[in-house]
Amino acid sequence: MGEFKVHRVRFFNYVPSGIRCVAYNNQSNRLAVSRTDGTVEVYNLSANYFQEKFFPGHESRATEALCWAEGQRLFSAGLNGEIMEYDLQALNIKYAVDVFGGPIWSMAVSPSGSQLLVGCEDGSVKLFQITPDKIQFERNFDRQKRSAIHKMIVDRQHMGVSKRKCIVWGVAFLSDGTVISVDSAGKVQFWDSATGTLVKSHLIANADVQSIAVAEQEDSFVVGTAEGTVFHFQLVPVTSNSSEKQWVRTKPFQHHTHDVRTVAHSPTALISGGTDTHLVIRPLMEKVEVKNYDAALRKITFPHRRLISCSKKRQLLLFQFAHHLELWRLGSTVATGKNGDTLPLSKNADHLLHLKTKGPENIICSCISLCGSWIAYSTVSRFFLYRLNYEHDNISLKRVSKMPPFLRCALQILFSEDSTKLFVASNQGALHIVQLSGGSFKHLHAFQPQSGTVEAMCLLAVSSDGNWLAASGTSAGVHVYNVKQLKLHCTVPAYNFPVTAMAIAPNTNNLVIAHSDQQVFEYSIPDKQYTDWSRTVQKQGFHHLWLQRDTPITHISFHPKRPMHILLHDAYMFCIIDKSLPLPNDKTLLYNPFPPTNESDVVRRRTAHAFKISKIYKPLLFMDLLDERTLVAVERPLDDIIAQLPPPIKKKKFGT
Amino acid sequence: MVSDQKPLGSWSVKQGQIITCPAVCNFQTREYIVVHDNKVLRIWNNEDVNLDKVFKATLSAEVYRILSVQGTEPLVLFKEGAVRGLEALLADPQQKIETVISDEEVIKWTKFFIVFRHPVLIFITEKHGNYFAYVQMFNSRILTKYTLLLGQDENSVIESFTASVDRKFISLMSLSSDGCIYETLIPIRPTDPEKNQTLVRSLLLKAVVSGNTRNGVALTALDQDHIAVLGSPQAASKECLSVWNIKFQTLQTSKELPQGTSGQLWYYGENLFMLHGKSLTVIPYKCEVSSLAGALGKLKHGQDPGTHVMPRFVNWETPQGCGLGFQNSEQSRRILRRRKIEVSLQPEVPPSKQLLSTIMEDSEKHIEVEVRKFLALKQTPDFHTVIGDTVTGLLERCKAEPSFYPRNCLMQLIQTHVLSYSLCPDLMEIALIKKDVQLLQLCLQQFPDIPESVTCACLKIFLSIGDDSLQETDVSMESVFDYSNSVHDEKMEEQTEILQNGFSPEEDKCSNCDQELNKKPQDETKESTSCPVVPKRAALLNAILHSAYSETFLLPHLKDIPAQHITLFLKYLYFLYLKCSENATMTLPGIHPPTLNQIMDWICLLLDANFTVVVMMPEAKRLLINLYKLVKSQISVYSELNKIEVSFRELQKLNQEKNNRGLYSIEVLELF
Repeated sequence: MGEFKVHRVRFFNYVPSGIRCVAYNNQSNRLAVSRTDGTVEVYNLSANYFQEKFFPGHESRATEALCWAEGQRLFSAGLNGEIMEYDLQALNIKYAVDVFGGPIWSMAVSPSGSQLLVGCEDGSVKLFQITPDKIQFERNFDRQKRSAIHKMIVDRQHMGVSKRKCIVWGVAFLSDGTVISVDSAGKVQFWDSATGTLVKSHLIANADVQSIAVAEQEDSFVVGTAEGTVFHFQLVPVTSNSSEKQWVRTKPFQHHTHDVRTVAHSPTALISGGTDTHLVIRPLMEKVEVKNYDAALRKITFPHRRLISCSKKRQLLLFQFAHHLELWRLGSTVATGKNGDTLPLSKNADHLLHLKTKGPENIICSCISLCGSWIAYSTVSRFFLYRLNYEHDNISLKRVSKMPPFLRCALQILFSEDSTKLFVASNQGALHIVQLSGGSFKHLHAFQPQSGTVEAMCLLAVSSDGNWLAASGTSAGVHVYNVKQLKLHCTVPAYNFPVTAMAIAPNTNNLVIAHSDQQVFEYSIPDKQYTDWSRTVQKQGFHHLWLQRDTPITHISFHPKRPMHILLHDAYMFCIIDKSLPLPNDKTLLYNPFPPTNESDVVRRRTAHAFKISKIYKPLLFMDLLDERTLVAVERPLDDIIAQLPPPIKKKKFGT
Repeated sequence: MVSDQKPLGSWSVKQGQIITCPAVCNFQTREYIVVHDNKVLRIWNNEDVNLDKVFKATLSAEVYRILSVQGTEPLVLFKEGAVRGLEALLADPQQKIETVISDEEVIKWTKFFIVFRHPVLIFITEKHGNYFAYVQMFNSRILTKYTLLLGQDENSVIESFTASVDRKFISLMSLSSDGCIYETLIPIRPTDPEKNQTLVRSLLLKAVVSGNTRNGVALTALDQDHIAVLGSPQAASKECLSVWNIKFQTLQTSKELPQGTSGQLWYYGENLFMLHGKSLTVIPYKCEVSSLAGALGKLKHGQDPGTHVMPRFVNWETPQGCGLGFQNSEQSRRILRRRKIEVSLQPEVPPSKQLLSTIMEDSEKHIEVEVRKFLALKQTPDFHTVIGDTVTGLLERCKAEPSFYPRNCLMQLIQTHVLSYSLCPDLMEIALIKKDVQLLQLCLQQFPDIPESVTCACLKIFLSIGDDSLQETDVSMESVFDYSNSVHDEKMEEQTEILQNGFSPEEDKCSNCDQELNKKPQDETKESTSCPVVPKRAALLNAILHSAYSETFLLPHLKDIPAQHITLFLKYLYFLYLKCSENATMTLPGIHPPTLNQIMDWICLLLDANFTVVVMMPEAKRLLINLYKLVKSQISVYSELNKIEVSFRELQKLNQEKNNRGLYSIEVLELF
């Protein structure tokens, strides 16, 4: 199959931000997640938990609350004192409204979904009416001005030791009048709202209980503690066949190492997230009808998009962080070896450049050209293009100034293979083509979105001859444009699952598309139809283990000399698909890490199939071919991330 | 229905010729083989159009069937019982074919298996109402003949056969004209191929189809737990395809076939094929892994007048079921099966029935003898159910006649390890009334599911029963070590305790109580280190310590125990704790002693439940001080352990850093 030298890179010092809020939308089966840096991500739970949208963070915009209202509209509120609505089509912030109450700590939506309530730093609670295109202030409930009907006093005692303060971190009000509170003393308490009395108290943790979420049916709820534990409570009959029910703590789960800052309860799963940056989706086995792979626990740690781009010609890697970019030059070796060897380095990797953004906004996307002489990145309000000059070991950087006003916010940037063209997907749905020459640029054309749609394009792919440009949006369609004639060439038939990666093969101009359900299609752009190989694959179906992988394919590339090979990877495996070999069926071993030993040639021929998989590198954030015999793999070991997190609450092992 | 499907190919013989054997596919060469006019073999493939022009071989004997399975060459079975491989036969079509079966013996059915990569052929013949099974092994070329005994129902006619195979046996299932399905196990490796061996059959499913339908009865095995049966379930009703779960004896699903069938049924690749009226019907059917929940519900009781009362205890290991997946149960079943083959079938009154009738009227002595007899047999298939029924019967009689208490019987039955509390809750209730501590101890040791209230009731009796009445009992002393012997030099003992806990009590002793303790006279020290209860009581209390419990449910019941008994128990627990700390592993001597955790948990439980009472008792004061010390020392141990853990973690971290492979390397990867 081939032997490669692999540059195994572990110096991408990426640490995802901790999760602050999660909000589940039952109507669309989508999950919104906000992180401590203000980033908001939307996961489609129906599409194999794919992170299909994201809104870049902002330094001053710590999100403290997130909720869905009016069906599928997404709102957030935070410490900057504003309520924001997100445009899920154009992928930008629709508007931000200052509530004039200081930082907002909490937000809730009325049961009808038409009103928003926010709790502010000054102690006031403010009610907003949701109108079709904005929100409107309605009334203000001032602190203690109206006499409270009941005052429930939470016991500060904890294991006999009185804490300085007991903070109620969350409450839930059930339709039968029960109030559930979770507090910093580790208690989950049930109150009767009619009388204001404590009904029941569960001491579940030695640390804070920080979050609570109730199921829609109100027969089950979930709480998360600072010890990383998630507890499931269920309303169960006292005895079988009895109509009297009580709340019982049923299942504890320990999938987090740090504070569980937020929880959500979907009809079939418990969702939790916190400081340890993992989003954990734990299906409730009794609610899952089909015990298939969807019933497995999901732990999502890394973004489902690329943060790394690579200049093959100069062997450079560009790393994208929230507020800066890093440019590294790979090392080299002259040694050779056999499979598994680590070769002595003749030159180590160099950190060439540290490019810090100006302003509080997070970087949305970045790209380095194949030749290494251009770097472009974009935030929500500005687009940056730099020209790099290499003189021996020195590198000089020159910003291309005077960006046209329409190049403001890019969702995806791509250079053509010869670095003469720059393709930019803007958040307004338009695709811009810019001609680069010397140190200047010229706007060539903009493909406007079809009238009536404002769907943003998130993924771009360009053919190596520069003639074809493929663009995919958040919903399933892929459009292919003819760059020479500047017109839409064709649209790939729509598919139910979002595109996670795509690329155009050199020479054949076949567009290879990976979807979140792990299907891979090959579409011939010149013929405007799926290739024979793709049809064969669809007819026979992928191996069941292939379809069960739980991270999306994030990058596809091709071998310059072997047109039958497709290289792709997800976070836990790297695969070369050899189209000339037969496809594996469910009975064949999909992943065989061992080299064929002295087995007879017949056996080997019988077991050889198109999928050559390596699971050595993980978690794998990026993998590409530098040249025919060289690969670069960027890994981010979880231990390295954990090492950069604050230490978790220490738990005693003995004497508990 | 496949009527609207297009056939891929169709071939016909010339007029006047009759196809006498179903066509099969030779999977190795992708050719089809058919026999017409008994002796003429035709072989062709998809490209051939005219059957008349394809390869033809005329054989010297009449063919019964050609058999073909994936992975091996087809076999030709002749009507006289001889078998040839196709290749060998084609090499010399006119070769002489020997006669294997006797005159008037007719082949009824045949099937071809691959067992351990070796082809095995089985065929059934009939002669004057007698059935014979022939098993032909091809690796050893051994042909074994078995006579099938039909059992009680000698004059029934077998209508249809099916077979499945596991590692050691061919399970031959037959549908008889009485409407029942029987199973016969044929060993794959014959014990003595020379001898004519007999096989008995056992009833698998009763009254599956009506006995008097004459046409369209067929069965086929779907997997080891499921069979499909074609036929009418009742005399008058329409013909039906039904799938039965033989493990749970339930009807899984059924489908009416109003246009009638022809008694032919095949199962291939999760599809059932059958003739329905004039068309071929294909029903996809996939056997789910059989679970009780999935199996329940389809069978209506009372549908069959022959069934008697459902047994109260379900025996999961009876041969109708297929093991629960445990290795040992499977093995025992195999042993069972083998026994059944060997034992000739001459059933008398089953011993279990006899036992049950004995229980109802006979004297205790007689029952004991019967139970012993039954237990000696042990390997009966319905062992579990009989034990359950026996105990229930005995207990019912105990309740009815207060004088009746077959203690020895009950003890024996408990020791079979098949009972549990929930199977016979009355058992412990009666033992509690009779204050039978020996039986209670046995129950505590054997039953996994005793409720906390009953555990507590046992504890009460164990604590309150007089020493003299204990003397008479014969409790198991397994868990008690003879502590009296181990009382050696006291000073020595105390010192080891200190060392083991890894701290010196001098440092953090509560000075006040310590002084008091030091002041105590020598004999009192002795008292605390000699066992506060007699060994027999200790054995009983140990049984309590070993039992499973949930704190929440146990606590309220512990409050009911009188204070002096609580103190006694606490003293005993404290004594055990001291004994524990005598050695480095913190364990007690003996075969099955209570663990340190059990002791500590019970001390906490008792104090939690009764602290207010105990603290008021002057005689318990010193005990409480001792316990206070104990807790303190435990806390110190744990804090030391926590300290050690932190140090170890640091060491581990250092070790990890050493193993870390650095941030950048160039490696060689070869993909295969």
